[in-house]
Amino acid sequence: MNAPVTASVIGVASAHESAELHVSGRATYIDDLPEPHGTLQVALGLSSIAHGHLRVLDLSAVRAAPGVVAVLTGADIAHNRSGAIIADEPILVDDLIQFHGQPLFAVAALTRAQARAAVRLARVEVETLPAILSVAEARAAQHFVLPPVTLARGAAEAALQSAPHRLSGQLAQGGQEHFYLEGQVCLAQPREQDTLHLWCSTQHPTEMQHLVGHVLGWSAHQVSVECRRMGGAFGGKESQSAQWACIAALLAVRTGRPVKLRLDRDDDMRATGKRHPFLSQWQVGFDDHGQILGLQVELASDCGFSADLSGPVNDRALCHVDNAYFLDAVQIRSLRCKTHTVSHTAFRGFGGPQGMLVIETVLDDIARHLQLDPFDVRCRNFYAETAGAGRDTTPYGMTVEDNLAPALFAQLVQDANYRARRAAVAAFNQGGGPLRKGIALTPVKFGISFNATHYNQAGALVHVYADGTVLVSHGGTEMGQGLYTKIRQVVAHEFGLPLDKVRLSATDTTRVPNTSATAASSGTDLNGKAAQAAARKILQRLAQVAAGLCGADPAAVRFEGGRVRAQGTQTLDSGFAELTAQAYRARVQLWDSGFYATPKIHFDPVTKTGRPFFYFAYGAACTEVAIDTLTGETRVLRVDILHDAGRSLNPAIDIGQIEGGFVQGMGWLTSEQLCWRADGALATHAPSTYKIPTATDVPQAFHVQLYAHDNREDTIHRSKAVGEPPFMLALSVFSAIRAAVAAAVPGLQPIALDAPATPEAVVRALGGLERTDPDAVGRP
Amino acid sequence: MSATPIRFVFRGALHQVSDVASTTTVLEWLRLQVRAMGTKEGCNEGDCGACTVVIGELDVDAPGGVSLRAINACIHLLAMLDGKALFTVEDLAAADAPLHPVQQAMVDCHGAQCGFCTPGFVMSLYSLYENRQQPPDHGEICHALAGNLCRCTGYKPIIAAALLAWQQPSQRLDRSGVHAQLQAIAQRPDLDYQAPANVGAGRVQAPATLAGLAQALDAAPKACILAGATDIGLWINKQGRHLPHLIHLDRVPELQAITQSADGALQIGAAVTHTRAWAALVAQVPALADLARRFAAPTVCNAGTLGGNVANGSPIGDAMPALLALDATLLLQQGAGTREVALADFYLGYQRSVLQPGEFLRSIHVPALPTSMSMPTSIPSAAGAAQSAGLPVQAAGLHVQVASYKVSKRADQDITAVCAAFRIELQEGRIVQARVAFGGMAATPVRARQCEAVLGGAAFTADTLRAAQQALHAELTPMSDLRASAAYRQQVAANLLARFWLEVQQTLGGAPDNDGRAVRLDQVEASA
Ligand code: FES
Ligand code: FES
Repeated sequence: MNAPVTASVIGVASAHESAELHVSGRATYIDDLPEPHGTLQVALGLSSIAHGHLRVLDLSAVRAAPGVVAVLTGADIAHNRSGAIIADEPILVDDLIQFHGQPLFAVAALTRAQARAAVRLARVEVETLPAILSVAEARAAQHFVLPPVTLARGAAEAALQSAPHRLSGQLAQGGQEHFYLEGQVCLAQPREQDTLHLWCSTQHPTEMQHLVGHVLGWSAHQVSVECRRMGGAFGGKESQSAQWACIAALLAVRTGRPVKLRLDRDDDMRATGKRHPFLSQWQVGFDDHGQILGLQVELASDCGFSADLSGPVNDRALCHVDNAYFLDAVQIRSLRCKTHTVSHTAFRGFGGPQGMLVIETVLDDIARHLQLDPFDVRCRNFYAETAGAGRDTTPYGMTVEDNLAPALFAQLVQDANYRARRAAVAAFNQGGGPLRKGIALTPVKFGISFNATHYNQAGALVHVYADGTVLVSHGGTEMGQGLYTKIRQVVAHEFGLPLDKVRLSATDTTRVPNTSATAASSGTDLNGKAAQAAARKILQRLAQVAAGLCGADPAAVRFEGGRVRAQGTQTLDSGFAELTAQAYRARVQLWDSGFYATPKIHFDPVTKTGRPFFYFAYGAACTEVAIDTLTGETRVLRVDILHDAGRSLNPAIDIGQIEGGFVQGMGWLTSEQLCWRADGALATHAPSTYKIPTATDVPQAFHVQLYAHDNREDTIHRSKAVGEPPFMLALSVFSAIRAAVAAAVPGLQPIALDAPATPEAVVRALGGLERTDPDAVGRP
Repeated sequence: MSATPIRFVFRGALHQVSDVASTTTVLEWLRLQVRAMGTKEGCNEGDCGACTVVIGELDVDAPGGVSLRAINACIHLLAMLDGKALFTVEDLAAADAPLHPVQQAMVDCHGAQCGFCTPGFVMSLYSLYENRQQPPDHGEICHALAGNLCRCTGYKPIIAAALLAWQQPSQRLDRSGVHAQLQAIAQRPDLDYQAPANVGAGRVQAPATLAGLAQALDAAPKACILAGATDIGLWINKQGRHLPHLIHLDRVPELQAITQSADGALQIGAAVTHTRAWAALVAQVPALADLARRFAAPTVCNAGTLGGNVANGSPIGDAMPALLALDATLLLQQGAGTREVALADFYLGYQRSVLQPGEFLRSIHVPALPTSMSMPTSIPSAAGAAQSAGLPVQAAGLHVQVASYKVSKRADQDITAVCAAFRIELQEGRIVQARVAFGGMAATPVRARQCEAVLGGAAFTADTLRAAQQALHAELTPMSDLRASAAYRQQVAANLLARFWLEVQQTLGGAPDNDGRAVRLDQVEASA
């Protein structure tokens, strides 16, 4: 049954399964669904202080406003504590306000305009408490959402003391707004016998089901959640979609009417969590060649007011400080700081980027200190290319068996013509003037699997109808990443059918239960295998039927090109649909479920050791930038990427993930700056002030190649996960900007550049805000 | 005057609407009334492009007599469509028909991932496609898409799709049909839309004559003047502001006109869109091309007006520094009376101007510069000697140079941290005229007069620059906000003057160690 992969739909760059719907505006998102008669619209009242007690919430004018049907407050909610892992978040504030923008009440009205107008009529009195608004303050106050965690191996302190060279530094990294183009939205419809159906833009329908059940005091079988597609998510609709689902559900049950909650963009940006900002300190000891001998790192993250997913996010940060480098004597301490801001959450890379940016900064500083090419210093620190002879074990005790970083580096340094261009960059910088260039080549090694082992499971349900068409349901959600497209390819391949005979149904907790979030890049790995398993059960039965028709061995039946062929006592050459019709009449089960649990993985959450990842995905990027020393503005001039997607299931989709991930990472490190006012209010709560990249920011010279290589682990068709890893290719942008800054400052002083490298951050790194001398501007 | 419905062409037919609130946006109408769900809401404030639609309008200069332009439906009021045609993504291909070339190209290039941004991109590309016979280049495509955000793709496949669209068999809108339909409502009376009480009883007027406008404003001096709604749309959507009476400038021919007088001065009517205004300004002063490109996305420039930018008087409006540097004046009108005010005297304080209730901005006058703005026709032979002596160039003739620089976190469609404009006139090595103007450095757009005074009469040397920078520091006290700190703004203002100095030196052939070197980011390319 392992048909050759050639001449199949595997590895074909087929279009996204919804592509024609997308371009014609006919793809339906939740706000586009026909509204059931009598649907109410919801608007939220948000807190306007960061920390304090809610003393008076007078909503009499709100209730009396035109069109208002129901008002919900924290006091109305019997089970008003929720959370992805720890139930430490109120659905609506009942007493303690913990961030500026936290929802205080919800209004359901006949129209959205009425609901929004009514919200403005609330009278709120609060008693303000002092607020901790930055990670630095929280760190100083030892104000944590979860206790600190240390990951250590060897004697880092001693190795540092005895090293021939030592450097230390600090790196501030900003957070990042997801800016999914479709905001948070949920439509809840009460149904008979105390049940509720929700259409929810979420990466995690099962968690929505559980949390909605919890706030209602209901059981799981009373709540169903459905999601056909999201208009982007990036981690922002993993835990963060729950609060809106819960509010819609509570109002729907209370009024007995369908209720839609779609957040206004500004409310969405104020009230939903973002990528964790980090403040990191490091100390490194190294030899004359730049090999790291000892490393101490402290990662302090801003978790916001609640735990949410901060535990696993910070665990992943810990597990990615090594990136592709062997760290012999290492101590990494992770502080999970509590601040009075929105609770930070999952975002593509899930702490990995923040951990990895630290080590890439360290390596650049080592190279600068020794006046070596950072490329060589990186190569010198890589894990061993083959395991078994030392330098092959991560700080958390996992052997790196599949190290592709050296091979990727070796190829990309050629493809990108790195050495010659580095010399040209240096020559350009010698020439003076107000502009400087920088070039950098950085690797990515990203662990694939949920750190928490039990999430690594999936289910699928495959229906073959008697007419030979196929409908697939699985637990994964489609957020644009092409999961449905790949699953369709996987199932079509199993049955030897063209793509158009296979459809995907909307993800729905009534079809596949107990699913994990579509996250950790694992959507295709998990659900692909589950769908394949389901298909193969059916296929076996069909092969039996076919074999029976012609007296062949079932193993010899071939399903290809929409036909079924076998040679037994007779020749069988039948259409797939004819066979399924016959199988139906023969009372053969034509549908089945599949289940998959990732093998080999284990992780001790206490010691932080084990094999948390099934495998690693690799990549490398070479980026050249220019900076304007007069204004600090930056420009990415050229990008070359070589990325490992294993044996790609769909190169078009994988390249799309790589390009999109890179540009999103570039935004995080350049123009995307979250600014909070002194009172804790988010100042950048709309696209007018929060700037994700536009087309102009993407260089015309943007070359992306897949590194053709089978995954050594038995993944679906030997492919590799590709959702998150490319995000971290953008670390090369930051590295290149630092190199350009370094070329503009005298001597070898450390480069104090914070991320994002906004124009102002660059000017600050260039030596404060005092460079006005025209002679300095004009000369090298 | 009796109430009139809003009349426009939609889905190939004339539509009349008389049951919506006066401030209903095109997007609300599409999604909530028509329930045409192809047009998406991503931000409801004109900054993401998910709601991009195309507007058609009678225009004798356009092909087929109909111009087409992309705008953001979320901040465009339905009443503003009166007399126009509206096209949405659903108009590009019927459910059973082949896709439009831009749509097919998006499919072929994998230009959509989550697909939520896609209808907006398709409409921006459609507008580009309809407005160009020849394929656009990379830079033009990026500019055309500057108002469309995509969080998934990284834009590369969308840019590829734009290139591919022109290679497919051509499929152009039949503009003659639209023309006929628009002609049929061209002679409609002045719009006086009065929303029914059950939706809030607001009013939108659109007088068709200058006299009618003056009269309407005289009768209702508290009414809010509506031009492109790129600001008013935000007041409605985000601030919940109540605007019971709007008076739209759109139909007054004088306010839509761009004229050039015999001495070369430009008169730009107050209702002229940024797109048209900047085209005229750049034709007059080519050095403004950079600023014009980065001013805002086409979707914003196709709706917003230069007059709105000026009259609003935001301290970070990007047009004002350049207009101040060019000594622009404003023609204001109240009733039948008019007065002229220098732009430099127009602002009184933060979002306050000399405009009186009932008074409106009629046009902006931009005097012609003394000489052409291009490179000096010849550099006198004395220049070489002057250079080697480190002296300013001794040009025999008058040299005039203008530049405007915008600094923001993102290159396109961003709000300025600092916007500067400089104009210098040199005669025989001396500065005979200097204009130094900024946005983002004070409560209003300002001229830095002390700095100008330092420059006036001096030779444009490094020492002069240094003294001018010191004057800037002394006279400007910017604020810190989310876009930049006060210290950064101070620093950058001085550095931009330094850049201008470098560019002047380069133009005149001075500054040997900078000769021919790039001084702006968009002049550099990746290393070979
Ligand atoms: S919805 Fe974002 S620009 Fe209109
Ligand atoms: S395809 Fe998702 S935002 Fe563009």
